[in-house]
Amino acid sequence: MEHIRMPKVEHVRLVDRSSSRRTQVGTLYLTATHTIFVGKGSEDRNDLWVLHSLVCNVVKHKASQSGYPLLIICKNFQVIRFIIPQESDCHDVYISLSRLSRPEKYEELYCFSFNPNVDKAEREHSWDFLDLKAEYSRMGLPNKLWHVNPINREYRVCDTYPADLFVPKSVTLPVIVGSSKFRSRGRFPTLSYYCKENHATICRSSQPLSGFSARCLEDEQMLQAIMKSNPGSRFMYVVDTRPKLNAMANRAAGKGYENEDNYCNIKFQFIGIENIHVMRNSQQKLIEVSALHSPSMGEFLTGLENSDWLRHIKSIMEAGLFISKAVAEEGVSVLVHCSDGWDRTAQVCSVASVLLDPYYRTLKGLMVLIEKDWVSFGHMFSHRCGHLIGEAKEVSPVIDQFLECVWQLMEQFPCAFEYNEKFLISIHIHIYSCHYGNFICNSQKERKDLILCIIKEKAHSVWLHLWEKKLDFMNPLFKPDQSQNQGLLRPSTAPYCFKYWRRLYNRFDRELHPRQSELDCLMTVKEETQKLEEELALYEQKMAVLDKERAKTLYMQKGVLDSKQALWSLPLDTSLANTPQDYIGGAPNLCLFGDQTKSSDADNSDQESGVADFSSHSSGEESLPSEDSVKDPDSDETGPNRA
Amino acid sequence: MEFAELIKTPRVDGVVLRRPFMPTVEGTLCLTGHHLILSSRQDNTEELWLLHANIDSTEKRFVGSLGTIIVKCKDLRVIQLDIPGMEECLNIASSIEALSTLDSVSLMYPFFYRPLFEVIEDGWQSFVPEESFKDLESMTDEWRLSEVNKDFSVCPSYPSLLTVPRDIDDESLCKAASFRHGGRFPVLSYYHKKNGMVIMRAAQPLTGTNGRRCKEDEKLINATLCAGKRGYIIDTRTIAVAQQAKARGGGFEQEANYPQWRRIHKAIERSNVLQDSLIKLVEACNDQSHSMDRWLSKLEASNWQSNVKEILTTACLAAQCIDREGASVLVHGTEGTDSTLQVTSLAQIILDPACRTIRGFEVLIEREWLQAGHPFQQRCAQSAYSNGKLRSEAPVFLLFLDCVWQILRQFPCSFQFNENLLIMLFEHAYASQFGTFLGNCVAERGKLQLSQKTVSLWSWVNRPQELERFLNPLYEPNNLVIWPSVAPQSLLLWEGVFLRWNRSTKCLDEAYQEMVHIIEYNKELQNKVNSLRRQLAQLETEDSPLQTP
Repeated sequence: MEHIRMPKVEHVRLVDRSSSRRTQVGTLYLTATHTIFVGKGSEDRNDLWVLHSLVCNVVKHKASQSGYPLLIICKNFQVIRFIIPQESDCHDVYISLSRLSRPEKYEELYCFSFNPNVDKAEREHSWDFLDLKAEYSRMGLPNKLWHVNPINREYRVCDTYPADLFVPKSVTLPVIVGSSKFRSRGRFPTLSYYCKENHATICRSSQPLSGFSARCLEDEQMLQAIMKSNPGSRFMYVVDTRPKLNAMANRAAGKGYENEDNYCNIKFQFIGIENIHVMRNSQQKLIEVSALHSPSMGEFLTGLENSDWLRHIKSIMEAGLFISKAVAEEGVSVLVHCSDGWDRTAQVCSVASVLLDPYYRTLKGLMVLIEKDWVSFGHMFSHRCGHLIGEAKEVSPVIDQFLECVWQLMEQFPCAFEYNEKFLISIHIHIYSCHYGNFICNSQKERKDLILCIIKEKAHSVWLHLWEKKLDFMNPLFKPDQSQNQGLLRPSTAPYCFKYWRRLYNRFDRELHPRQSELDCLMTVKEETQKLEEELALYEQKMAVLDKERAKTLYMQKGVLDSKQALWSLPLDTSLANTPQDYIGGAPNLCLFGDQTKSSDADNSDQESGVADFSSHSSGEESLPSEDSVKDPDSDETGPNRA
Repeated sequence: MEFAELIKTPRVDGVVLRRPFMPTVEGTLCLTGHHLILSSRQDNTEELWLLHANIDSTEKRFVGSLGTIIVKCKDLRVIQLDIPGMEECLNIASSIEALSTLDSVSLMYPFFYRPLFEVIEDGWQSFVPEESFKDLESMTDEWRLSEVNKDFSVCPSYPSLLTVPRDIDDESLCKAASFRHGGRFPVLSYYHKKNGMVIMRAAQPLTGTNGRRCKEDEKLINATLCAGKRGYIIDTRTIAVAQQAKARGGGFEQEANYPQWRRIHKAIERSNVLQDSLIKLVEACNDQSHSMDRWLSKLEASNWQSNVKEILTTACLAAQCIDREGASVLVHGTEGTDSTLQVTSLAQIILDPACRTIRGFEVLIEREWLQAGHPFQQRCAQSAYSNGKLRSEAPVFLLFLDCVWQILRQFPCSFQFNENLLIMLFEHAYASQFGTFLGNCVAERGKLQLSQKTVSLWSWVNRPQELERFLNPLYEPNNLVIWPSVAPQSLLLWEGVFLRWNRSTKCLDEAYQEMVHIIEYNKELQNKVNSLRRQLAQLETEDSPLQTP
């Protein structure tokens, strides 16, 4: 609380990005955890809640006539623009928010103050929702070739790895230790995915410390053992996900890549995925493009091209496809690494897993996959997501890219995924919001050591929360039994198959999205279908009873549903769908000859009343739930969004 | 007959057909007067029947004595035929070339096609101008049907019946016609029931460099304004282009002479630019380099999406003037047969729920494109693979369909039809067994006696068996005006047309089927529940008297 210099500012204007006409006046509150804007005179609850931990940047702009603009840029790509009448107020809010949004200690994060109405047992239970041991046994492990080796129980061999690691049974402790000493950060080759059908595996590690000529017998034995643990194959792939040039540069620093001559029966392969810095800059450019104010088609497409974002997504997808094909089609095991083995390696292993195994295309499966390949294997969430104030150069949208790859796959295979796009977006938000304790810290050890007590004592796990809301996340088109949704997905990686993810990057620009959502319609229909099925069963039962004892009176229950037509057709947001946009290009108002309505920046009351008229036509018809699955302010992200 | 001499080799055995994402077929290639047929002569494999008129261009290649013909079609598909024997290959290639570029309309397939289905409703009689006028009459008496153009002498590209303001006599119409490019004087395009505002369309006024004016033209369009009201003139060209047109005798309405109108210039490209855009777009889609940078820069350089955005934006603007500003609109570009029609027809889709039904959409195409004199035959003579010198080809209609698809994507529940209908119209506009899109205007179609000698596309589409394919399962009538987003993020590449042959659609088709299934199952359940409910209610009433003591 000591950071709040100004808890409340009145007469603040909230400006809509798409149209300066839609401005709202209200009061701005700063709390320990949220920035809250309450619009004046708005009868419906459309306050804006912004979680401090979701704020990426606070920017003051040059004063305008109406006041001092303050921009809050969020990690979920929302940009909120306030205009504050007094300069001193604006400055105070700016200073307070700048501090509040950059916590210095884990203890300051929202997950430690977030306190939903659940008891201790329930909270602890939420942490048991996912069980990685069960996941490995689902894969068929341990078996006669692979087992859990206790060597890293105390995180002594590798402090960024999880405690439980699967290695070939044939590998001895000295081999593991030797291999780990020959790998960056001690991240020796260990199992990520095991394919029950043909025993091929995806293993992961960091780069070898080979320099120009160094070799390590234990490391070579390790790879040999991995290869041999797949009895059907005569060789294995070693995939270095870096561009060759980067890998070669690492040799000068005593790191590098495997020399094919030193390792028996490996096929070495570079896949040029760029490093975290390139990805950070790329996403920054993409965000700038997405935030352009009414860009031309040329500006947008050029910006998209120059950001290189889709090129990076394509290269990650291609890497995942290469590995999954090696495993599923050739039955060959693959060792994947990059430099440290926690960014590109995590991306590529998890994309390959989604392609390979239908389980990861289910709700629970994706949770498990993220828990396994990212959380447990030491993806540095705190650094990459910038949870704490720190090195800006460590921030990178590595997990964003994984989620986007899954989204791109969903576009190509609409029936192959149990979850829908909202699920991916919710996960994205939770990774950044620090609302739950799952993505705090950089490794399992940190999580256990440093703040074990407070994470389990105070924070909640997001997975159970998401699971409980699963109805919102279901893909109505999911067909698990369809043959082409079984086994390996073979996406096309032609450039035109990669699309701009509008729902993620322009999520808060509601006017850019389809006015009616196919997804929501189908979900409504499916829900209705379920009720009808129940009703039908009930009636059939009654009929049976009636047939038996016709003399008995049966009081008719009113049907669960009237047989009226489905309600899905109404636009999600009538006022939006029925409001024309700026079609004239730059002109603030379309008004006849300019001399009739002179009010230049005020609301065009004519148009607004038109909207009101229009929505009254549709009264009596229900509108569908808003696309933002989350409504209660205490449960999620930035709370109810006015957007 | 003439075809025989063009067909040097009517039949070749052992030809291999290669198509992306489909198994190769080996079989016999046959050339007929109108078709290229490849049949494996096995019961279970499908045959390829390709209309010569669908062939946009061909390429030959030889490796030894094996010849290859690459056939590029107007529907954008590319197929490869491997033909053993150099002479056969050359013969086939030259025959295809000759047969696919026949100049005479009366030799086209529609004149030879006999339907295998029974024509229940003759599409040639389905859309009579008098019928739509009756609807108009029921709403307003401000308009009349004029026969001034009954012999097509006032305006050769207009139909014989035109809706004009009641108070303007035929003589004034003739004078106004002489002041407009091609005689296309302002006529009614759409009447907005909600507020009585109208969209009119015309060609550019012939003001020329010395600023000619025409009182009758001014009177004509002023007659559409209510007392004290003003309107908008939407010129689909930029002011610069419109200025240049003056040098060639064209021009735009001067404020001084049209004080009750505000003119807005938009920037819809001319037809030759659009054709170039299509060629570049399709080239980008067929690029095999698989480089992301190349794809995006080529997509951008094609300007196709920009054209979509500009056309859609202009249509939205027209609709906004009508519905939100309560002002009438006159739309024109240069000739009034291309961008003008794109704008007026799209505006109606936005404004009028009726245009979003299948029947209404057919009426719209008939009225705003076919009757309004869009020169289909000229514009659709060649498609994206045209390499010879172009005359007046342009994908004006395809762009219109693309814009409709964009709106459909944004309002997936508001259209009675689905994407298939739009793709089908694209195909038939370029090559068809039906006569609907032959000719350039009503007068030409009359001369060709299309309604007697050919079958109408609508006769086929409106058969219940065919209609089913075009129905949108999500449709729920929506009586509101629908305002699409025209932001670049909201406009997508129309994959159903441009990537149709470049990827496997198995998974997307499956998703569509699943969607249909979900909705049909729901309806089936509803029916079951309703009938059971009724049955139970009946049983209950029958039973209750027995219970009463």
